[in-house]
Amino acid sequence: MSESQLLSVRGLSKKFGRVVTAEDVTFDVREGEAFGIVGPNGAGKSTLLNLIGGVIDPDAGSIEFGGRDITRLKAANRAKVGIARSFQIPRPFVDMTVFENVYVGSSFAGGTRGQHGYDRAYAALETTGLLGLAETPAGQLRLLDRKRLELARALATGPRLILLDEIAGGLTEKEIPPLIDTIRGLLASGVTVVWIEHIVHALVSVVDRLMCLAEGRILALGDPHEVMRSPEVIEVYLGTTFDIDEGRAS
Amino acid sequence: MSLALSDNTAGHRAQVHRSTRASLVGLVVAVIVVVSLAYGPFAFLTKGNQQNLTTLFIYIILGTMWNLLAGYAGMVSIGQQAFIGIGAYGIVYASDILGLGLWIGLALALVISGIVAYLVSFLAFRLSGGYFAIGTWVIAEVIYLLTTQINTLGAGAGISFTAFRGYKPEIRIAVVYWIALAAVVVAVAVTYLLLRSRLGAGFTAVRDDATAAATLGVNVTRSRRIAWVVAAMGCGLAGTLLAMTTLNVQPGSVFKIQWTAFMIFIVIIGGVGTIEGPIIGAIVFYALERYIGDVGFWYLVILGIIAIAMVLFLPKGLWGLISGNGRLRLFPTGYRLTSPLPTPIANGTPDSREGESS
Ligand SMILES: Nc1ncnc2c1ncn2[C@@H]1O[C@H](COP(=O)(O)OP(=O)(O)O)[C@@H](O)[C@H]1O
Ligand SMILES: [Mg+2]
Repeated sequence: MSESQLLSVRGLSKKFGRVVTAEDVTFDVREGEAFGIVGPNGAGKSTLLNLIGGVIDPDAGSIEFGGRDITRLKAANRAKVGIARSFQIPRPFVDMTVFENVYVGSSFAGGTRGQHGYDRAYAALETTGLLGLAETPAGQLRLLDRKRLELARALATGPRLILLDEIAGGLTEKEIPPLIDTIRGLLASGVTVVWIEHIVHALVSVVDRLMCLAEGRILALGDPHEVMRSPEVIEVYLGTTFDIDEGRAS
Repeated sequence: MSLALSDNTAGHRAQVHRSTRASLVGLVVAVIVVVSLAYGPFAFLTKGNQQNLTTLFIYIILGTMWNLLAGYAGMVSIGQQAFIGIGAYGIVYASDILGLGLWIGLALALVISGIVAYLVSFLAFRLSGGYFAIGTWVIAEVIYLLTTQINTLGAGAGISFTAFRGYKPEIRIAVVYWIALAAVVVAVAVTYLLLRSRLGAGFTAVRDDATAAATLGVNVTRSRRIAWVVAAMGCGLAGTLLAMTTLNVQPGSVFKIQWTAFMIFIVIIGGVGTIEGPIIGAIVFYALERYIGDVGFWYLVILGIIAIAMVLFLPKGLWGLISGNGRLRLFPTGYRLTSPLPTPIANGTPDSREGESS
């Protein structure tokens, strides 16, 4: 595997009972790349992030990160080597404040305790626009702020790779552009991004490459516009329209 | 535009406060109370007072431990009586049977409680939620039944604790009182310091969402195991105090599940998830037991009704009421970001650093 590959997924398979959520999935993500994932509901997109993040174990296959085999590494240790994650359905620590939520990320995975940890948590809140809510119990946040908190916690770990699961899902049209700016900022600072999103125009405007999953298999992988125009992808999305051009205009 | 997260982005130094004026006052008051209580036997505490306070201290320790385990770390165990029994039998075994004396016996009893808890965790941690609760109960019953099979420990009949033989009763009562006072200070202080440490933030994170905690680098199993072992040693400590007060360890008494029911009651009454709660709860529980405890069966019914009413109408317990829903914290464990003062940010603005970036 070439050195510029940060993440190498090889032959990854996972079944839940009879449901195939990953079937011989193989792909690489380059250091610094923005890598998009689309696919119908139940395609196995979130499961793939769970496998990469170590939340679940694969039935077969391997995962390499930064040239190191992490297939057997526990989730907490994957976080420590630089893999961060936002969840599709936000999972805040509801009885902790927003600041404390983020400090968990900077102090545990980030390894920055005390003042360094506070500063890094602060910076993550600032980047995601959550500073004004720092002292609010996370259980009281509305959806947009919960999504921001997912991002802030992930940032606070000081990741090399960040896995975003429908971070823009459920947000209004007005709320999406600032989020995209934040993700662009992340990329500009050298962080690699793997981003699942249903709002295709938002995704296509940012990512370098796009992968389409269906029933746990890779349908297409490559240039985002080509992937969205390929017959296989159009077929699984039959009846859906994508406003790719509108996305570029906004 | 770079949003790279360095440790001092935009030159800010985040100011985080971990204590308040109230907590300084709280600390001073706590020191004064403890010093007065320690002096008590020389001046204003009768033998009866000392015995009663020893019982109260045992309740505070038990409530504090269940609160650490269930309130902070989210592990609802109903088998903590196992460690009360192990502590009680442990000190009898080490002090009397091995002849190591009171102090080494006390230390060894705590070590044994911790080791048993550590070993048992590999079994109990395979279960979660309700199964974990039932599992801990089953494990406690097994430990109880095994104990009644050990002849050296008096089997089903129990065993006397003789380390205080030769002490005058009033001296023994005072010594046990002082040990209990020291024990309650250590138990509360250890719990407090643990919760203030980084591990404490890990406990609450794991309690609120174990998957998210793991994803942020918290070693979930290790975190749970630490809370479990510390809580077991605390219950073991309470068990040694029971042996010292009753001078006779009965298996049916030290291993009874009511201990855990009392712990839960204490925590619910006082307020879950605070250091202060179990202390208040223990005082209320002690008073209830003292004044209505002799109505037997109805006493337990009353406790049950009070607990249900608390859960429904005052879920943060008496301390929640007194503290104005947590605004007053004598023993704060959290992290208050105080400056640079967070200004309300217009919604939809992801970055408030205009004019500061290059
Ligand atoms: N932990 C699990 N246990 C059982 N089935 C699961 C689990 N996680 C996901 N699934 C199933 O796997 C399939 C893929 O889910 P998911 O990866 O969430 O899809 P996507 O994110 O692409 O919508 C779905 O049918 C889902 O019900
Ligand atoms: Mg999904």
